[in-house]
Amino acid sequence: MSLAFDEFGRPFIIIKEQGAKTRVRGIDAQKANIAAAKSVARTLRSSLGPKGMDKILQSGDGDITITNDGATILDQMEVEHEIGKLMVELSKSQDYEIGDGTTGVVVLAGALLEQAESLLDRGIHPLRIAEGYEMASKVATKELARISEKFEFDAENIEPLIQTCMTTLSSKIVNRCKREMAEICVKAVMAVADLERKDVNLDLIKVEGKVGGKLEDTMLVNGIVLDKDISHPQMAKEIKDAKIAILTCPFEPPKPKTKHKIEIDTAEKYEELRQQEEKYFNDMVKQCKDCGATLVICQWGFDDEANSMLMQQKLPAIRWVGGVELELLAIATGGRIVPRFTELTPEKLGSAGMVKEVSFGTTKERMVIIEDCAASKAVTVFVRGGNKMMVDETKRSLHDAICVARNLVRSNNIVYGGGSAEVACAIAVEEEADKIPSVEQYAMRAFADALDAVPNALAENSGLPPIESVATIKAQQLKDKNPFLGVDCKEIGTNDMKSQGVFETLIGKQQQILLATQVVKLILKIDDVILAGEGQ
Amino acid sequence: MATAAGNADASVLREGASEEKGEHARLASFVGAMAIGDLVKSTLGPKGMDKILQSVQRGRNVTVTNDGATILKSIYVDNPAAKVLVDISKAQDDEVGDGTTSVVVFASELLRQAEQLVNQHVHPMTIIQGFREACEAAKAALERAASDNAGDEARFRQDLTNIAKTTLSSKILTNDKEHFAKLAVDAVLRLKGSGDLEMIQIIQKPGGSLKDSFLDEGFILDKRFGVGQPKRIENAKILIANTPMDTDKIKIYGARVRVDSMTKVAEIEQAEREKMKRKCEKIIGYGINCFINRQLIYNYPEQIFTEAGVAAIEHADFDGIERLALVTGGDICSTFDNPEDVQLGSCDLIEEVMIGEDRLIRFSGVAKGEACTIVLRGASEHILGEAERSLHDALCVLTSTVKDSRVIYGGGCSEMIMSKAVEELAAKTPGKRSLAMECFAKALRAIPTIICDNGGLDSSELVSQMRAAHAAGKKNTGINILTGEVGDMQQCGVVECFRVKQQVLLSATEAAEMIIRVDDIIKCTPRQRE
Repeated sequence: MSLAFDEFGRPFIIIKEQGAKTRVRGIDAQKANIAAAKSVARTLRSSLGPKGMDKILQSGDGDITITNDGATILDQMEVEHEIGKLMVELSKSQDYEIGDGTTGVVVLAGALLEQAESLLDRGIHPLRIAEGYEMASKVATKELARISEKFEFDAENIEPLIQTCMTTLSSKIVNRCKREMAEICVKAVMAVADLERKDVNLDLIKVEGKVGGKLEDTMLVNGIVLDKDISHPQMAKEIKDAKIAILTCPFEPPKPKTKHKIEIDTAEKYEELRQQEEKYFNDMVKQCKDCGATLVICQWGFDDEANSMLMQQKLPAIRWVGGVELELLAIATGGRIVPRFTELTPEKLGSAGMVKEVSFGTTKERMVIIEDCAASKAVTVFVRGGNKMMVDETKRSLHDAICVARNLVRSNNIVYGGGSAEVACAIAVEEEADKIPSVEQYAMRAFADALDAVPNALAENSGLPPIESVATIKAQQLKDKNPFLGVDCKEIGTNDMKSQGVFETLIGKQQQILLATQVVKLILKIDDVILAGEGQ
Repeated sequence: MATAAGNADASVLREGASEEKGEHARLASFVGAMAIGDLVKSTLGPKGMDKILQSVQRGRNVTVTNDGATILKSIYVDNPAAKVLVDISKAQDDEVGDGTTSVVVFASELLRQAEQLVNQHVHPMTIIQGFREACEAAKAALERAASDNAGDEARFRQDLTNIAKTTLSSKILTNDKEHFAKLAVDAVLRLKGSGDLEMIQIIQKPGGSLKDSFLDEGFILDKRFGVGQPKRIENAKILIANTPMDTDKIKIYGARVRVDSMTKVAEIEQAEREKMKRKCEKIIGYGINCFINRQLIYNYPEQIFTEAGVAAIEHADFDGIERLALVTGGDICSTFDNPEDVQLGSCDLIEEVMIGEDRLIRFSGVAKGEACTIVLRGASEHILGEAERSLHDALCVLTSTVKDSRVIYGGGCSEMIMSKAVEELAAKTPGKRSLAMECFAKALRAIPTIICDNGGLDSSELVSQMRAAHAAGKKNTGINILTGEVGDMQQCGVVECFRVKQQVLLSATEAAEMIIRVDDIIKCTPRQRE
C-alpha cells in the first residue's frame, strides 16, 4: 500500500523506490491529499490577523527571510508535495489578482478540506461535496455583495483609503508606524491613479529599499530612484530641469553582429583606424550634446575615454541602468528610448525637474533621485529600516497595502474585516443549506463551518478563546441582524468592525472564497495519484 | 490501511528541508540570538577583551579586534535569529559607525528577558507591545537627557574630544587616547561639517609606536615618482588621468594586424610608437609638471615625460585617483584632445617624504583645505589594522556628532536614565504589557552591568548604587571604570554621541521584535556544493 508510518508515527507516502511507479487510489488518495494541504494551511494559520506571528525562512544558500506574507512564505518554503504545490499556487494567484489576503485564502482552503474529510468519513461522495461547496460559495459571494458598502473617497478626501491600508498593515511588522506607511501608500496610489478610468498602473509605483536609518525615514519620492551613481565622480551631482537622453547603445565603438575582420597591413591603415576610433567617440558625445541633453542615461557601460569626454562636455551620465528602470524612466519623463546615437533628436529627450545624487550613512552607497518628471506621475516609495530583513519585509507589506488601495480605486465596494464578513457568510450559507433537499446540504453546512475557521484563527492568534468568541459573535450577529460584528483582535472593547474602521475590499474577499473553493474542488476530485518513480 | 490521523503532519517539504514550529522555533531563535550576544559581550566597555579571528582561507590571516561589527562579519552563523543580529550590527556600522557591539548585546538582553516572559505564558504580541511602548518612553527620556553645545565652539570642541576619548577608550588605542582623540577631532573639524569621510585618508605604516602616528595636512600617496624625475615640485600643476599608457589598443571590434613582410611590422610598430608619443606630447602640452595615471605607465612614455621634466606617477589606485581629484580640484580625464576643457589640479608643493623606511609622495597646500591624511604607526600589522578600525569608529562618531550635535553622558548613565523612565511607565501601565516594560528596563540595566563585569568590578553593587543615585535625582551619575566607583560623568568627561545611542536603542528593539514575532522556522535544503 501507499501509506506507511515513520518512527514518529507520522504517515508518509512511500514513493522513492527507484523506477517503480506508485499509485494511491480512492479514499486513501483523497485523505493523503487532504492531509498534505492541511499541513500547508496549518503553517500559515498562525500568521493570520493583526497579532499573527512571523516565520523565518532560510534559503538553500543560508539567506534569511522573515515575513508573515502568505505568498512569500509558501513561495520560499520549497514545498515538494504535489497537493502542497497546489496550495502554493493558490496563494500566488491571490497575490497576482488581488495582492492581499494571501494567507486568508490558504487558511480557508485548509478549513474547507478539513470539513470535507469528515464528510468523506460519513461516506458522502467527493463530487457531491464539491457540488455543495460550489453552491455554498455562490451563496457566500452573493451575501458578501449584499453586506458590502459603497466606500466614498475622492482625490481630496483620502482618509477612508488610509484607514483601509492601515487594516492591511496592522498585521505586519511595520504596524509600529502604520499610519505613516498607509499615508505613503495611498498618496503613491493616488498620484498614479486614473480616477476617470478607475485604474491604477502599478508599474508606475516602485518600491525601493536601502538598509539603515529608521522605519520612520521611509518616504515617498515624487519621481524615480535609481540605485546607481553618476558615472564620473566629478560630474555635476545636481541637475535642474534636466533633459534626459535615454540610450540603449553603449558608448563604445560599434560591434556589428555579423562576423567580420579588419585586416591591418600597413601603417597608414593603422593610422586611419585610430582616427576612425577617435571619431566614433567624438561623434557619440557630440550627438548627445548637440541634441540638447543635460543628462545621459545608458543601459550599458562606457569606455574610460567616453566617460572622460562626457565629463569634459559637462554632460553627466548614469551607466548600467536596468531595462525595467529604463522603461519606467522613459514613461515618466516622456522621453523615448533611443537605440542608436544617430537617432537622437531633441524631441526624443525626456525631461525632469530635478535630478540629484544622494549618499547614505558612512559607506559609499549612492543613489540617483529623479524628481518632477514631465510626462507622468511615476512615484517611488523609498524604504529605510534597521536591517535587511526589516527593509525586505516592509517592502512586501507596502506592496500589499498598495494593492489594496488600488483595488479600492478600481471598485469601491468594501466589506468589514475582523472575520465579520466570514461569520455573516456562514450564517447565510447555513440558512440556505436548510432549503436544499439533497445531500449537498451537508456539504453546505460544512462550508459554513469552514468559514468560521478564519475568525477562529484570528481569535486564537490574538490570545482570545476562539470557540467562545466566535460563538458569541455569531449569536450576536443573528440577534442584532448586524453583519459588521467581528473578532476584537486589538482589544479595543467593541466588536463592531464598522466603528473600529477595519475594512477589506469586496473583490478581495470574494476572490478568496472563489479561489479557495476552486482549489478544494480540484483536490477533492482527485482519486488516483500516480507518481512516476525517479528514474536512474 | 488506516488513514492519516487528524493532526499528524504529512511531509510536504523537499527532502532535507526542515521545519520547526511554535515553542521549538522560538527556543531555537532565542538561544541563537543569546549565543551571539554572549560572544561579543566580553568586548564591551573600556575594559573589554579582544578576539582573535583566523580566516579559513589560504594564508590563515589573523585579525585581532574588539570591534563588534568586524567580529560578527567574520564568523559563520547558521542560526537564523543570530543572522538577524549580525545584520543589525552591520547596519549600525554603515549608519553611524560605532555602537556595533552595544546594539547586539542590548538586543540579546531583550530576548533573554523576553524568553522568561514567554515561559510565564505572556503572549509574544503583548511582549512586543510592551517593548514598543517602553522604547518610546526610553527614546523620550534620552532626548530629554541630551544636551547641545553646538552654539559654543570651545565647548563643542571639548565635547567632541570627550566623545572621541570615550569611543577610543574601549579600543586598543586607549593608552594614547588623548593623542588620537586630538587627531580625530582635528581631522573631522577640517571637514567643516561636510562629514565626507572620504576626505580623510588613513595610511598604515608598520614601525615606530602608536604615539608616532600623526595628522598630515596634505595628501599622501603611497607611490613613487618615475626614475630620474624631479623629486620636489613647487607650484605643481597636476593632470590626473585614467588612460592606458602601456600600449594603446584599438578598440574597434575585429581589428587585427596581418602583414606580409618584416618591414611592415616595423612600420606598424613605428606607428604605434608615434601614437604613444603624440599622446604624451598632448599631455605635456597641457603645461603640467606632474602627471598621475591610474594605470601603468610603460618605460617609453615615462622616458618622454622625464625628458620633458614632468614627474609621472603610475598605478595610483582608483581610490587614490578619486581622492586626489577631490583634493587638488582637478578633473580625471581619459582623452587629451581638448586642453581648454580640462581643469588641472594644483598644489603648492609635491615632495617625496620618508616615513619609517618607505618613501611616499606628499601633496601639500592643496586647493581644498578639507582633506588630510592620518598616518598610523605601530609595531605590527595587527595593531595597525585594529588601530585603523578604532580610528574609523571614532571618526564616524565624530562626524555624526557634527551633524547632530546633541550629546549624552556615557558610563551607563544614559541607560540608567532610560531604564528609570521605562520603569515609571511600567508602574503606570495596567495589564501584562507592564511586565514587558519592566523587562525592557532590566535589559537596559544589563549594559552597565556587563561593562562592570568586564572591568572586574562588583556589578550588582555599582549598578544598584547608580540606580539609587538616579532615583535621588542625580542625573549625571555613571560608573567610572578606571577608579571602579560611581561618579559624576560630567566631571569625568565621559560623553557619547546622542545619535549613536538612539540608533542602538531603535535597531535593537526592532530586531528583538522581529525575532519574538517568529513562531516557525523553515529551512530549505542546503544547496549542494561541489
